[in-house]
Amino acid sequence: MTPTRKPKTALRMAARTALILFLFVVAFTALLAAAHLWTRPSIEAAAAGEKMKLIDEVLPRDRYDNDLLDDAVTLDAPELDSGGPSRILRARKDGRIVALVFETVAPDGYAGNIRLLLALDAGGRIIGVRAVAHKETPGLGDYIDPRKDRDKAHPWIAQFDGLNPAIIDAREWRVKKDGGRFDSMAGATVTPRAVIKAVRRAALFIAANRELIQAPR
Amino acid sequence: MTLAEFRKIAVNGLWKQNTSLVQILGLCPLLAVTTNLVNGAMLSLATILVMALSGAVISSLRNLIPHEIRIPVFILIVATLVTVIDLLFNANLHQLYLVLGIFIPLITTNCIVLARVEAYANKNPPLQSTFDGIFMGVGMLWTLSLLGGLRELIGQGTLLSGIDMVIPGLEAIQVFPANYPGFLLALLPPGAFIVLGCLVAWKNWAEARASARRPPRKKAP
Repeated sequence: MTPTRKPKTALRMAARTALILFLFVVAFTALLAAAHLWTRPSIEAAAAGEKMKLIDEVLPRDRYDNDLLDDAVTLDAPELDSGGPSRILRARKDGRIVALVFETVAPDGYAGNIRLLLALDAGGRIIGVRAVAHKETPGLGDYIDPRKDRDKAHPWIAQFDGLNPAIIDAREWRVKKDGGRFDSMAGATVTPRAVIKAVRRAALFIAANRELIQAPR
Repeated sequence: MTLAEFRKIAVNGLWKQNTSLVQILGLCPLLAVTTNLVNGAMLSLATILVMALSGAVISSLRNLIPHEIRIPVFILIVATLVTVIDLLFNANLHQLYLVLGIFIPLITTNCIVLARVEAYANKNPPLQSTFDGIFMGVGMLWTLSLLGGLRELIGQGTLLSGIDMVIPGLEAIQVFPANYPGFLLALLPPGAFIVLGCLVAWKNWAEARASARRPPRKKAP
């Protein structure tokens, strides 16, 4: 060691490594922040695209002419069971509301929650229903998803199309096995029961709260 | 880099130091993900990417990193890289992200990356470190594909289920008759241990047999 250099004390060494670690943290946090800022617009666009793809399955594009994702009311709706305030999207044609698109959850599926996407027209009739996320048994209960349904021409979930739960008797709103009108696959009736129940409950909630939902933004 | 060096890195990654069969590293994703062939292969592909990049970056910075704090710095770098890759995939390769996306954050729970960085990239130049990362990943690729394939075959009698998520239009191959009842144990974590154990035993057996056949080496004078 040359006499001009101070001896390396423990304190100096600790200060030096702390400084280097600090510089690394600053540099890599900056890198992370830059990547986040740079990718955010395209990630948000991709997420919106995903969402629109799902919505297109329940509500055809030619039925409305507004920017759906931009026209929503947020409601506290425990009836929809979505674990927080629900966003209800309003599809308009020439300014008038023609359909509502929203998510609801069937909490009593065979394997936990089944997240559903619903589209109702202005009169309360069902335009389309899709299971967005579920953990039902592959090959057994997953026929609620038309991609997994073996009957591609008449998928199970299409049975809801055109029905109005508000004017159909509750006793009829069940699987055939329970005396209702809906088909189900033998050996997997827990799943359709949960879906049927959740669809009815959500549709009735919307019917009862029409004024709230039609409120201006 | 000489050819001999390159060969040594390749042989180490693919066989001699195979992360899953010899180092037995990264068991958490290994157990969770390898319920079928496609998942095993996808996790490995994501790992190859992360290993190659982290090898290159850490090896380039190795002279700046003080020995005493190398582990926190490595963790910082690897975690940053994984997150940045995750973001870039999500933004620019969204279709691929939907397939690989769930596997990229899993790499955070994988100690293979940290182990290779500590054992190799910290002491070797960037080019070699990058190749080491790639070949360690390729070694993982064939092992996890084999492990996932065996578990899938025994567990549900198919191969390549889920391939339609990666290449639309392709379907899983039904190897056993459709009424094969399945063998749930193979799909559960204990099944992963058992099949991995068999693979380790097979590798050791193959090596023992190879060394028995080889003529005994002459002792150096």
